[in-house]
Amino acid sequence: MTATTAKSGFVQGVIEGLPFIIVGAPFALLFGVVATAAGLDLAQTVAMSALVIAGASQFTAVQLMSEVAPVWVVLVAALTVNLRMAMYSAALQPHLGAAPLWQRIFISYINVDSSFALSLQKYEENEMTLGAKVAYFAGTMMFMGPLWIICSWVGAVAGARMFDGIALDFAMPILFMALAAPMLKSLAHLAAAVTSVLAALALVWMPSGLGLIAAAILAMIVGAEVERRRAA
Amino acid sequence: MTYSDTTIWLIIAVMGVVTFLIRFSFLGLLGDRDMPEWLLRHLRYTPVAVLPGLVAPLVLWPDATGGEPDAARLIAAAVTVLVGWWRKSVIWGALAGVATLATLLSLS
Repeated sequence: MTATTAKSGFVQGVIEGLPFIIVGAPFALLFGVVATAAGLDLAQTVAMSALVIAGASQFTAVQLMSEVAPVWVVLVAALTVNLRMAMYSAALQPHLGAAPLWQRIFISYINVDSSFALSLQKYEENEMTLGAKVAYFAGTMMFMGPLWIICSWVGAVAGARMFDGIALDFAMPILFMALAAPMLKSLAHLAAAVTSVLAALALVWMPSGLGLIAAAILAMIVGAEVERRRAA
Repeated sequence: MTYSDTTIWLIIAVMGVVTFLIRFSFLGLLGDRDMPEWLLRHLRYTPVAVLPGLVAPLVLWPDATGGEPDAARLIAAAVTVLVGWWRKSVIWGALAGVATLATLLSLS
């Protein structure tokens, strides 16, 4: 797989993105249910999924809205949860920074945990042209993106009764753990992951999102340091 | 008291625009300028530095049980990580986790 063309990059992205539907779709269904219960109408529920495409922050927002929190609290809490994506943006820059502006705008719009994690791993393990990298990224969201929106709509329409007895609350944790586990391919990666868990647990008292950022920066430092020492 | 329709739309619009700007930040504004090697070495660990920390509190103190640690969820989490790591596969990890959780919850 040394020369990946744009077309085969897109196809690979589509195929390797497919597994996320299994856990991503129920997660979006649940969002539709919760958002409706919090007082959003159908259009608002679907619009939030289409414009934000970030499960964790959408859940944070509707959770606080169901408690009728002040608007600024809703916004600050939901958006700090998304600050990690600035790190995703920085990690993608060396790979995709040379792409045309419209492509960088599009990639930014669909830069979510799964598309980012899949793509960065792909870029590091394969020799790919810029076009193939962009196409792969788009491919990973080919089904997940539209499904995210459609399933939010279905969840909002169908309501809570549909999911009696199903532990949908755990769809997101399982999805994110399944994403991270195959990446634990060196001692440095393992050290970063363990640091991330311990630091995040130790910092849960910080405002939602900020503790995670601090834990992530610490984990990156540990990972990079382990890599440097083992290479030296 | 609840929010007016306009307020809800405002929240959605601000979330959408600011989330986009966060995602666009480095990728959009730096273009193809080179970042120093030390910084790249750190950024390689972004996914494994963020995802485990993001889920750790959710696994240990799930909302669904009112924040009480829950054996079924803890075991399902362990199975997800072990199978995902062993098979080097996202799909097998996720399927194993979902199956474990469904089985354990149906037994309890």
